[in-house]
Parts: sequence; structure tokens; C-alpha cells
Amino acid sequence: MFRLEARPQASKSMRYLSPLIAVGLTVGCGIAFSVFIGLHPGDAFHAFFVAPIDDLYGLGELGVKAAPLMLIATGLAIGFRSNIWNIGAEGQLTFGAICGGGLALYFYDSESPWLLPAMIAAGALGGMAWAAVPAFLRTRFNTNEILVSLMLNYVAVLFLSYLVHGPWRDPEGFNFPESRLFPDAAMLPVILDDTRLHLGLPIALGVVALGWLFVRKSFIGYQMRVAGLAGAAALYAGFNRKRMIWIGLLSGGGAAGVAGLCEVAGPIGQLLPSVSPGYGYAAIIVAFVGRLHPLGIVLASLLMSLLYLGGESAQMELGLPSAVTGVFQGVLLFFLLATDLFINFRVRLVVRAPSLIGEAASPWKP
Amino acid sequence: METVIAIALAALGAGTPLVFAALGELVTEKSGVLNLGVEGMMVMGAVCGFVVASESGSLWLGVLVALLAGAAMAGLFAVLTLTFQANQVAAGLALTIFGVGASAYIGLDYTSVALSGIQPVHIPLLSELPLIGALVFSLDPLIYLSFAMLGAVSWFLYRSRFGLVLRAVGEAPASAHAIGYPVIRIRYLAVLFGGAMSGLGGAYLALVYTPLWVEAMSAGRGWISLALVVFATWRPLRVMLGAYLFGAVTIIQFHAQAMGVDLPSQLLSMLPYLATIVVLVLISRDIKTVRLNAPASLGMSYHPAA
Repeated sequence: MFRLEARPQASKSMRYLSPLIAVGLTVGCGIAFSVFIGLHPGDAFHAFFVAPIDDLYGLGELGVKAAPLMLIATGLAIGFRSNIWNIGAEGQLTFGAICGGGLALYFYDSESPWLLPAMIAAGALGGMAWAAVPAFLRTRFNTNEILVSLMLNYVAVLFLSYLVHGPWRDPEGFNFPESRLFPDAAMLPVILDDTRLHLGLPIALGVVALGWLFVRKSFIGYQMRVAGLAGAAALYAGFNRKRMIWIGLLSGGGAAGVAGLCEVAGPIGQLLPSVSPGYGYAAIIVAFVGRLHPLGIVLASLLMSLLYLGGESAQMELGLPSAVTGVFQGVLLFFLLATDLFINFRVRLVVRAPSLIGEAASPWKP
Repeated sequence: METVIAIALAALGAGTPLVFAALGELVTEKSGVLNLGVEGMMVMGAVCGFVVASESGSLWLGVLVALLAGAAMAGLFAVLTLTFQANQVAAGLALTIFGVGASAYIGLDYTSVALSGIQPVHIPLLSELPLIGALVFSLDPLIYLSFAMLGAVSWFLYRSRFGLVLRAVGEAPASAHAIGYPVIRIRYLAVLFGGAMSGLGGAYLALVYTPLWVEAMSAGRGWISLALVVFATWRPLRVMLGAYLFGAVTIIQFHAQAMGVDLPSQLLSMLPYLATIVVLVLISRDIKTVRLNAPASLGMSYHPAA
């Protein structure tokens, strides 16, 4: 018989090993799945993990998709650390894109070098404003932030759809639901020739570093860590829970807003009915797989970005639907949650002892 | 009169998927488990039910498979949270992300398939009564099933011995374990029931309400069901009334233009989501209402050996 036994102390090595094990299991699962649907496993592996990044352009794309993920995950991780569950990043991203992009559309003939910084600020503020709704309702009316932030995702996407179908539709766009193209001054510059890699990646890396400083070096960051590890202790110490809720939600919202702006001012270059392939949800997985740790988040966002690219490449090379990406994202999180068990528990082989006395004396029992 | 009946019937139809999913989640939560994966279970129920119904030609086989698909998804959640002690919030999110992705994959070849859908049954004589004939005695069989489920769940939770044990497990798992009840096994059953009911809600969407398959067609209804349970302060009858209220809000958008409201469709489509936020605020404003009614161990892992 196998039995679960609580470890006297959480295993440090398992904490860092379990994401790797989860990734390995997910890849194994993917290979098994490709055999099941009649593909050569080597071909599938190549199409998913090698082909998307075997040239400079592909590597650039890896960065293009990893940037919003690490940005959002860093912001979300600050809240997750103290059990503040913001799952509205998708809506905050969308609203950030609306605010920042709206500025670009308003000044569509501008050549000012200040336009782009203003857009980034507007994106951040827009995301924060969208996250302020659950923060206010949670602190003032004790309303569950999970459900409110999630509901606002649908509202933000519908609002964007309304704008590009209606008031913000390109007057010369043949009635397509698209805004006009942003002016050059509103676009993030490409930082690597022959790729689409833009300024968003350095911005994201900068935010990751800021996030690390905040969590590790600031007093409120310390308080939030304590609140996550031992809520009662934080309460007893008199840490201000409301302030934590505000900071936890606003940091995620601000980061998501910047990510949204970087999408529309980067690879997209205009407002469309949909500006994100689910980055707001994928970033939640990135935050968990990255263990809420900056370096982990960077690595996990590269992995998640590869899953997106792999999905696209598998669609072109093998005719697999891109929905496969979502399946693998979910599977990855499943495996991570399952292997996390072994951080706090270990599996013991229990040998049935012949008698009570024998059991007490058995070396298997502590 | 005709329009009032039409609107009431439409609200009933729009509310029924919520009734199934929210009643299921209610039982799950009463055992102390918070499963945020309702959306994923619902959409998997919808796609599996639709695919099986269109392949086999039997709508009822589709309903059965939807139920099983929801339960299978819930089983995955149960293994993660109850056996592997994973965080329930994270596992629920994973379930939703997985469900939305997997259902898009499964349903790929079925987006343009049309089904006739499950038709209403007209109960002889009674259905000819004025007003209630149309509103009560000419509904589709799954709505009648949802009425029956309301009765069954209410009876089970508050009138049966098993229901009492289940509530005890949700309030104080350690005490229930000390008395000798198998806490984990009871929670497994509650989670599986919740999944089956969510699958049924999905089946209603894909086989009765629309009836077709569209990617991510649950469109947040799973999340709204979760909110409904809070809104109803964990009571079955209120869950059902809340569901019809939301059904009414959902169908307002289709009747708004006829009523002379000239708003863009996207803004009207926001209504159910905004209404969810409003009712959540109203109900949680009074912290005592929620504290008194929520199962005490909701969302917390319990491991007997630890």
C-alpha cells in the first residue's frame, strides 16, 4: 500500500523540480496524443517545438509573444502571492489597449515623440482602472474579486467590439470592423532587424525587474508575502489588508494594460475586435508554472510563447487546429498542480505489520 | 399577452442551463469544495453532447454523454484537489482553460452541423389551458428535469440523512472525519454530481437552447452560475429564481429593439455580466449574510492524515 505522508518541511528541491516534471509530462502527453491521432511523434515534436524557432524570425516571434505573458504574469504574481485572485487580466489588457490605442487614434496625424510614452501611460492607467472595479468592490462591499474581474473580461471585449464596429471604425476601411492604422509615431520600434521583435520585450523585462524589487525589497511587498504564507499572522501583525488588495489588483491591471497597449502598438498596429489570443488567461498559468518568481516567470513565458507558436506551426505543417494550444496549456497546469503535491507530501510504502507491537517498532513508522 | 408569454418562455429557456449548473455547484460547495471549473465542464458537456447526438442521431444519447463528460471533467478536478491536495482555485481555472481548449478541438468539424433539437412536449389537455398551458405544460423535457432536480436537491440536502452528512463535511471536515465519515469520498461524490449537472447544463445549451455548436458557446454562463450560488446564499430555490432572473436579463437584448431601445447590440450583450456584478455586490455588501450561509470550509483543502 502506498500512503501519503506530510513532510516535516516543504521540499525545496521539489518546489523547483515540479515545474520541470510538469513540462516533461506535458510533452510526453503531447507525443502520446500525436501517436494516438496517427502522426509520427518525431514530426509532431519537430513541428511543435523546433520548427517555430529554427531561424532568427522565429526567435523574434518567441520574444514577441513572451513579452506580454511575462509582463502580465509579473503583475498577477504580486496579487497571487497574497491570495488575491485577479483573473481579469484579459479584460484589463483589452481596456489598456482601448485607452492607449484611443490616444493613437485621436492623434492619428501626430508625429510627436511624446505620443508613444503617453500611450503606454494611458494603457497602464486603463488596465488599472479596469482592475480598480474589483478592488473597490472587494474592499468596500466585500465582493468576490474572482467573479467580478472575470465578468469584466466579457464586458471589456464587448466594449472593444462596439468601438471598432461603431465610433472608432476606420472611415476608409470598407466597413470592416477595424480602426484606422496607427501613425508611425504611435508604433513601438522594432529592436531587431528582420524580425517583429519590438520595444515591448525590454519594457516587459524592466517590469519583471521592478516586480522583483517590489516583492523582495519593499515593506509592503514583504507584508504581502506574509499574508500569503500565513494570513492569520498578517492579520495579527495589523497589516493593512485593503491596501494589499488594491496593490495586488492594480499591479496586475497596470501590467496587463501595458501588455495590451504593446500588442496594438506593436504587432497589430490598429484596434481589432480581438487584440489578444487569451494572453490574460495564459499568464495565470505562466505565473504558477514560474512559481511566482521573476526568473521562473521569464522562463515560463518563453515556454508558453513556444506553445502558442507551436500551435500555429502545427496548424500549418500538420493541419492540427490551433485549439491544441489551449489543451496543452490546461494539461500543463494540471500536471503542475498534481506534482506540487510532492512539495508538502511524500509517498511512503506502508508495510503491513503483523501486530500492533510490531507496527510500533517498525522502522517504517516515524 | 402573446409577447409576454414568449418572453417568459425565452427567459425560462435561457435560465435552465444556469439552473442545472448552479444546482450542481451548490451541492459541490455544500461539501466544502469550490470548483471554479464550471465553465469548462459546461462547455465540454455541450460539445460532447452535440457531437454524439449528431453522430448517433439520438439526442438523448447526447444528453447522457454530456452528463458523463461533465462528470469526467469533475473527476479530473477531484483527483487534483482531493487526492493531490492542489489549490482549488488554481485547479478550477485549469479545468476551465483545458475545457475551453479541448472543446474547441473536439467540436472543430461540427460548427456547421444543424440539429433539430429536443422539442417541447405538449401535455394533453393541460397544455390547452390559458396562460399556464403554454408556460407550465408545454415545455421541453429537460426543463421538467430541471424542476425535478430542484426538488431532488432540496430534499437531499435538507431532508435526507446523506444530505446532512454532506453539509457536515462542508462545515467541519475534521469533525466529520473524527466521527468516522469518509470526508474525501463524500467530497468526490459531490464534485462528480456537480460536474454531471454542469454537463447537463451544457447539453441544454447545445441540444435545446440553440441547438448548435459554436466554439466557447457557454460564453461565461459557468461563471454566472458560480455567482448565482453566492447570490442565492447557497439555497436551491433561490438558485432557480436567480437563474430565471438572469435568463430574463439575457433575453432582454433580443427584445430591446422591439421595445424601442436603440442601443448597439454589443452594449446590450454586456447586461448579464454587469447584472452579475450588481447582484454580487448587493448580496455580499452585508458580510454576515455570506458568512452565515457559506459552508465554513469552502475552498480549503482537507487531508485526513495530515
